[in-house]
Amino acid sequence: MNPNLLLAIPLLPLAAAVISGLFGRLIGRTASATLTIAGVLGALVLSLKVFQQLAFEGVPSYNDTVYTWLVSDGIRMQVGFLVDQLTVLMMVVVTFVSLCVHVYTIGYMHDDAGYQRFFSYISLFTFAMLMLVMSNNFMQLFFGWEAVGVVSYLLIGFWYTRPSATFANMKAFLVNRVGDFGFVLGIAGIVYFTGSLDYADAFAAAPSMATKTLSVMPGAAWPALTVICICLFIGAMGKSAQMPLHVWLPDSMEGPTPISALIHAATMVTAGIFMVARMSPLFELSETALSTVLVIGATTALFMGFLGIVSNDIKRVVAYSTLSQLGYMTVALGVSGYSVAIFHLMTHAFFKALLFLAAGAVIIAMHHEQDMRKMGGLRHRMPVTYWTSLIGALALIGTPFFSGFYSKDALIEAVAESHRVGAGYAYFCVLGGVFITALYTFRMIFMTFHGQERLDHHAKAHFHDVGWDMKAPLVALAIPSLLIGFFTVQPVLFGGWFGDAIQVLEHNDVIAHIGHHFQGPVAFALHGPMGAPFWLALGGVVTAWLFFLKNPSWAAAWESRLSGLHTVLVNKYYFDWFNENVLARASRGLGSVLWKAGDQAVIDGTLVNGSAKLVGWLAGVTRRVQTGYLYSYALWMVVGLAVLLAWFLLSAH
Amino acid sequence: MTETSFAQFLPALPEIYLVGAICALLMFDVFFGLKKPTRTASVALLLLLGGAVATLISADFGHRQVLFSGMYIADDLATLLKLASFLFVAIALFYSGEFLGRRKLQQGEYYVLVFTALLGVLVLTSAGSLLMVYIGVELLSLSLYALVAFDRENGVAAEAAMKYFVLGAIASGIMLYGMSLLYGLSGTLSLAGLATAFSGPNSLGLILGLAFLVVAVAFKFGAVPFHMWVPDVYQGAPTSVSLLVASVPKIASFAVAYRLLAEGLGEVSGTWTQMLSVLAVLSLLFGNLIAIAQTNLRRMLAYSAISNVGFILLGFVTGTGDGYEAALYFTLVYVMVVLGTFGAILLASREGFEADEIADYKGLSSRDPSLAFMVAVLMFSTAGIPPFVGFWAKLRIIESLVNVGHLWLSIIAVVMSVIGAFYYLRIVWVMYFDPPGDLPRGQPRLALRFVLGLNAAAALGLGLFPDVLLNVCQTVLHRG
Amino acid sequence: MITLQHMMVISGLLFALSVAGIFINRRNVILLLMCIELLLLSANFNFVAFSRWLGNIDGQVFVFFILTVAAAESAIGLAILVVLFRKRRSIDVEDLATLKG
Repeated sequence: MNPNLLLAIPLLPLAAAVISGLFGRLIGRTASATLTIAGVLGALVLSLKVFQQLAFEGVPSYNDTVYTWLVSDGIRMQVGFLVDQLTVLMMVVVTFVSLCVHVYTIGYMHDDAGYQRFFSYISLFTFAMLMLVMSNNFMQLFFGWEAVGVVSYLLIGFWYTRPSATFANMKAFLVNRVGDFGFVLGIAGIVYFTGSLDYADAFAAAPSMATKTLSVMPGAAWPALTVICICLFIGAMGKSAQMPLHVWLPDSMEGPTPISALIHAATMVTAGIFMVARMSPLFELSETALSTVLVIGATTALFMGFLGIVSNDIKRVVAYSTLSQLGYMTVALGVSGYSVAIFHLMTHAFFKALLFLAAGAVIIAMHHEQDMRKMGGLRHRMPVTYWTSLIGALALIGTPFFSGFYSKDALIEAVAESHRVGAGYAYFCVLGGVFITALYTFRMIFMTFHGQERLDHHAKAHFHDVGWDMKAPLVALAIPSLLIGFFTVQPVLFGGWFGDAIQVLEHNDVIAHIGHHFQGPVAFALHGPMGAPFWLALGGVVTAWLFFLKNPSWAAAWESRLSGLHTVLVNKYYFDWFNENVLARASRGLGSVLWKAGDQAVIDGTLVNGSAKLVGWLAGVTRRVQTGYLYSYALWMVVGLAVLLAWFLLSAH
Repeated sequence: MTETSFAQFLPALPEIYLVGAICALLMFDVFFGLKKPTRTASVALLLLLGGAVATLISADFGHRQVLFSGMYIADDLATLLKLASFLFVAIALFYSGEFLGRRKLQQGEYYVLVFTALLGVLVLTSAGSLLMVYIGVELLSLSLYALVAFDRENGVAAEAAMKYFVLGAIASGIMLYGMSLLYGLSGTLSLAGLATAFSGPNSLGLILGLAFLVVAVAFKFGAVPFHMWVPDVYQGAPTSVSLLVASVPKIASFAVAYRLLAEGLGEVSGTWTQMLSVLAVLSLLFGNLIAIAQTNLRRMLAYSAISNVGFILLGFVTGTGDGYEAALYFTLVYVMVVLGTFGAILLASREGFEADEIADYKGLSSRDPSLAFMVAVLMFSTAGIPPFVGFWAKLRIIESLVNVGHLWLSIIAVVMSVIGAFYYLRIVWVMYFDPPGDLPRGQPRLALRFVLGLNAAAALGLGLFPDVLLNVCQTVLHRG
Repeated sequence: MITLQHMMVISGLLFALSVAGIFINRRNVILLLMCIELLLLSANFNFVAFSRWLGNIDGQVFVFFILTVAAAESAIGLAILVVLFRKRRSIDVEDLATLKG
């Protein structure tokens, strides 16, 4: 493969981002939009070319250094690409969804003053995401990891005049710091054992690391590889919003909707999934780490779904659904079904981006109204949006022949096949999740598009359907949402598409196990109604129909009957409350400096506003040491000297 | 030694030149500068550039010369630090020109005092004996005391100067006391002599003397708990003086620490590295913590300086050439970035608007986009975010710590720099996400803006090509 | 017979006295300046004593430098004091606390 071709793929969006970012005002709105779209389109075309070379022309995968940044103590820091089947799949998905979002943005951000800035950011994001997936070393991975994070903060806070947006932004930043801390420790562990940042070296050294132990605290020796894998997974938990680091994702819906589609559904949040799949040679060797992954993923998959049922904000419903689906992918990773995780990632990227963009179209048509209780009956007013959302929803709940069916059913079967610790629990969770998914998805569809119109006078008077600049991406995404699973399930899952990119130990290989029964996509789909997931999904749809369309009063009645549960759900299991009250207060007692400063900052928002009034207690107390009085300054100096003297004189004798 | 020739004085040319320059500047000011003080400013800049040239002329790369009965050391390190000092002082004066004119501080004495302070720095970089260290420290400190109080109409500045003066004098006293003890123990004042005198086990007197010296060095750096003067001076002094105090003296502090501790007392490094590690951890902890609570940008930068000093000290804690190299790199990088940061404050300020509260930066991105961008770059660099140069500086320090097995110290350093990132990013936050209100728009001041742009570009450029400066530091410390 | 030990004790006492004077005194800045002088003198005392004991002249040379610098230091200290007094009309240490935190 030609390295210049590969280099061009991330650099095209970067160049477009830089030009429209720095000279946006100069070149104008249209030129900025055209330029960035052209950049991403170029990246997509080149990605497809690479895809074609890998898939059909039998070109071997590429793994080489493009630029060496620094060699320090034998550790090479470099920019390099590893382009194999896993990478190229991600590249195509990222650039395709990004392109759709770019086009959609023309209409969505039409009236916004920050038009060029927005295009610049999403192109920049595309660049960072491409660098992340194409990397062949941990440093570049980390760079991309941080860069997508930074752009995501910028975009969540895009409407920075809204206080809720800045709050959400801060939250995303802080929660991700926790994840990154684990991630950095994981990378540090790998460097410690292998002395290299290259994936290839780390993978080669994986079997030897599996036998080593690491004593972080004296007296406790932990298996090194398990510690490293769990640290890396903590990073993935932050980025891919797994419990309990998920709190930032629902709030990130404060950002403009195209962002929610691109970053918080299709690409960035799946970076954690991608990373674990990429590290499959490491994770495969640690049962403990995989079980951790499995249990956390299963919990997220089920319990985040419940929240979707009680939310009335159309975007938040989709956001909780994303959390839940990310949980599914994590479960797949946990049972060593890396390929099905990536497969689900791909199908999910299409249908979830579609659902987000459709939700965005509804929001625009309703003049920035997001409350589903004020919608209803919209299917006549915006038919294209309705039909495309319906396709997205059917794909999401796993209707046979739709893309989501293939990935989700294969995923559930893989869980059923697994014998790993926690697999039973996970199977229960993913099955339950199917019902819940169908329930909240169709609750959303029914409340938005069916039933009586509940639009208020103002919304009715000013209602206008969106233009084709926004509908076209919906259609463009609806096609793969419908079809991609049918055409790719065979090669990707059972045809050995991933080759060496993903490594699974023989006795862990659940996918191969399912593969024995696989007789083509049609048979697979026809087999659907034989299994529990199909009926669970159907049950969910019917329940949604009964409760939210046929007899809406039932929903209210059940709500009051189960008011305790309802309150818990509405409060999102009190995670935010817990973070803000318990964690913050407990750490105040413990005097834990880090959490103190961080949470205080979040709770009070004082640091955001730059006001000194409610700044962290500890910082406030500590600064009082600086009394301003000369004699106390002198006293501190003398005390310092005396302590130094006393300590060293005593320890010397 | 009996025959005196001019060639013998050549290595000391930078200092000799600077003394001459001070006299010339005084005379020039008296005859031509009183009516048009900007002339003096221009001449001062030219003289500084001349100083850089003089340093290059006198430099004998790759050789270490010891002159004047061991009082004076001329090696690559001294050359590098002198060059950097000349350059950084020139940039500092350039940044402060407009401010001084506006505040009616642009008098010849100001420049003369800056020059004498610089002379102190030069003396320290070449110090070969305790006496030279003392003289250098006093030359630098006395000039700075006067500079802090330079604005006679400013009561706060006078208060800051008084505090700085009293505490500085105590620190000098402590240093002298420590020096006298070392002198008594070894019978010599020369650092080379000290290096050979202490090789056996540590005596009581040695620990005593060492502790005193460490305290004095820590004071010059502004490490906790000898840091109390730092925030008050940074906040109280005129901005142009804060800029000076924040930048070049750090180079001098590095030189003192290196000449005195690493070279002179390298044999007993086991003791002073332990002392420094305590101070470094305290500095990281308190500096970062208290910085979060600040509303005044200059005061926040002061606490940031304290935490950065913690990093520099960590480089010394290793007690190895590798660590000193990291500390040197960190110091140079830090001084460069801090110059830019204060330069930005000066660029943002105007008549009646000091721009030194964090709130003064609200919405700067819409009021003055290019300045906001430069500040953001500088803040990212100080916060240690790749690919900016500050990241490499911190990385080198941590690397050197890990290499000698100080795992815990490096973890503390990492955690603290993460916390530190928080308040630097808050500035970026305020600039980009807070509404501007009715704060004034930016002013062009193109020359200043251009140089500041170069400064910010250097923070990025040196980060993209970290090898450049790293190799310089490596060569300087290992060849000399 | 006066030995080196006696000298050391004296200088140590001087040092302690001056340091204590600095942080115990909460009234007058001029007292601070005097204490600083005392601090320098204690170091001088040490240097002279060691110099005599070692039979090495360097220490006494050092003392000359210290004396000179101390004079300059006092001059600057007093100058700052004058500026301070002009603005604040007070030389109380207690009043010097507008910069804090």
